[in-house]
Amino acid sequence: MFWQQESETIERKRLEELQLGRLQAVVRRVYENVPFYRKQFDERGLAPGSIATLADARKIPFTTKEDILAHYPFGLLAVPREEIVRVHTSSGTTGKPKAIFFTKSDIDRGADLIARCLTMTGMRKNDVLQNMMTYGLFTGALVMHYGAEKVGVLIVPAGPGNTDRQITLMQDFKTTAIHITPSYALYLADVLDRKGIDPRRDLSLKRAYMGAEPYSEETRKKIEQFYGIDVYNSYGLSEMNGPGVAFECERKEGMHLWEDNFLLEIIDPETDEPVSDGQKGEIVLTSLCREGMPILRYRTRDLTAVLPGPCPCGRSHRRISRIFGRTDDMFIVKGVNIFPQQIENILMGVKGVAQNYQIVLESLDHMTVQVEIARDLFDGNVTHLVKLQNVITDRLKNEILVKPKVELHEPGTLPVFEGKAKRVIDKRTL
Amino acid sequence: MAALLQLSVFAENRPGRLEKMTKVFADEGINILAIYISSIGDFGAVKLIVDKTDEAARSLKEKGFTVSLNEVLGIELEDRPGMLYEVVRVLGKHAINVENIHVLVIESRHTAYLIVEVEDVAAAKELLKNEPIRFY
Repeated sequence: MFWQQESETIERKRLEELQLGRLQAVVRRVYENVPFYRKQFDERGLAPGSIATLADARKIPFTTKEDILAHYPFGLLAVPREEIVRVHTSSGTTGKPKAIFFTKSDIDRGADLIARCLTMTGMRKNDVLQNMMTYGLFTGALVMHYGAEKVGVLIVPAGPGNTDRQITLMQDFKTTAIHITPSYALYLADVLDRKGIDPRRDLSLKRAYMGAEPYSEETRKKIEQFYGIDVYNSYGLSEMNGPGVAFECERKEGMHLWEDNFLLEIIDPETDEPVSDGQKGEIVLTSLCREGMPILRYRTRDLTAVLPGPCPCGRSHRRISRIFGRTDDMFIVKGVNIFPQQIENILMGVKGVAQNYQIVLESLDHMTVQVEIARDLFDGNVTHLVKLQNVITDRLKNEILVKPKVELHEPGTLPVFEGKAKRVIDKRTL
Repeated sequence: MAALLQLSVFAENRPGRLEKMTKVFADEGINILAIYISSIGDFGAVKLIVDKTDEAARSLKEKGFTVSLNEVLGIELEDRPGMLYEVVRVLGKHAINVENIHVLVIESRHTAYLIVEVEDVAAAKELLKNEPIRFY
């Protein structure tokens, strides 16, 4: 079932024509209204009228996170301030946040994109969505909220945390779907387990929407198995509306990126050159329809790949793979480039490892991987634990080529994350 | 013969863990009959024989501890020299591989039990049934 069937199944050729028209229009709008973009174009002798094909988009300079920060708060508005009805910020770990502005129509359009996502994963009016993302400046909860309201589902705006209450709400309102970060889903699983609540038997859950932080396929499987549900991967970023930029359909094989709203490029982050379909690279996005604060060729720093070939679901919008990691997240131990997701993928595939883990970078040559052991697999035998420790060490070494120190911890003792998880502790900078 | 059940609790080697664990027993009025710690490196398992096993396991789990319940052999030791030697000899004769051993003394000093962890308790019991030792 579709929310906007015509737009979702639009022929590729027509889609590209639509994209070109929208690209040309947004380029003109920012050139006329945003001094930053006018300067960028003028400096390169690039006339807004010189975008004649979609490939010409590559002439446009990138917009970076630093550009957005430098024009905080109102510097990148493309409409008069009074047309703006909402601001969201994206987490600023280094001081000032990035402020992103929405007009009424931006909010409405974002809600439609979410409605497409929810509808294609089977959500209907009789569903109950418990939204466990943070309501507030973060786009995660509110953008989803408006989209779910469009579909007509019953929303339980729980926000994150207060896990006992979450469980009560799920039981009382017969929640059928949750919107949640992977780390909180894992923590919630542990709490349910400890309370002896079996979600397959005692809850009405059918699906979960997980995003806001990258997670591995093994984590998805683990969560699907524990809850007895389908987990759909969701990709978004505040700079492009928040959630709903790309989303999995019922096949759960990659996320359809709504190309009528966003121009998709994957580039090699080192050379800035485009890579071919199937090749891993940094995703660069241009918002084609946003009014309040359009952004051209945004360097997301997220690594993914376009999945080649059409999707049997009938949607013509191309699919991207799950986010492998962020260029920001990569760390180097013994000269080897490592992404936290590589480690997560191994850990979640080892029987005996529970949900929570943490990576500690001790020095340039040493890292410690702390994992919680699975409660139900502990058999009292210390020798088996040593074996588990060795299996984890070996598998990690095979994957990342560096031998980490592996520590086994009691379930529930590593730090718990209700929002975005911080998995890597870097002691080298302290 | 009733099964003798031993509680194993996973524990990281860091201060305060044992205190937290024993507090659960104190609060719930559970009596510890025997305890020892089997540890390797950064972690280990605390092994316990208690009077109310099921209750203890449930309380510990509710408090977030990782608990396992396993059957062990309890071999009666008479209070006389050479008794332990005899028992160990019998175990060796049947090639029963002992993973852990500790001693439980009950009431007066008259009765003591050797708590023996083996891989397959049922098989070990079968092997020992004609030997001149008493076990649970």
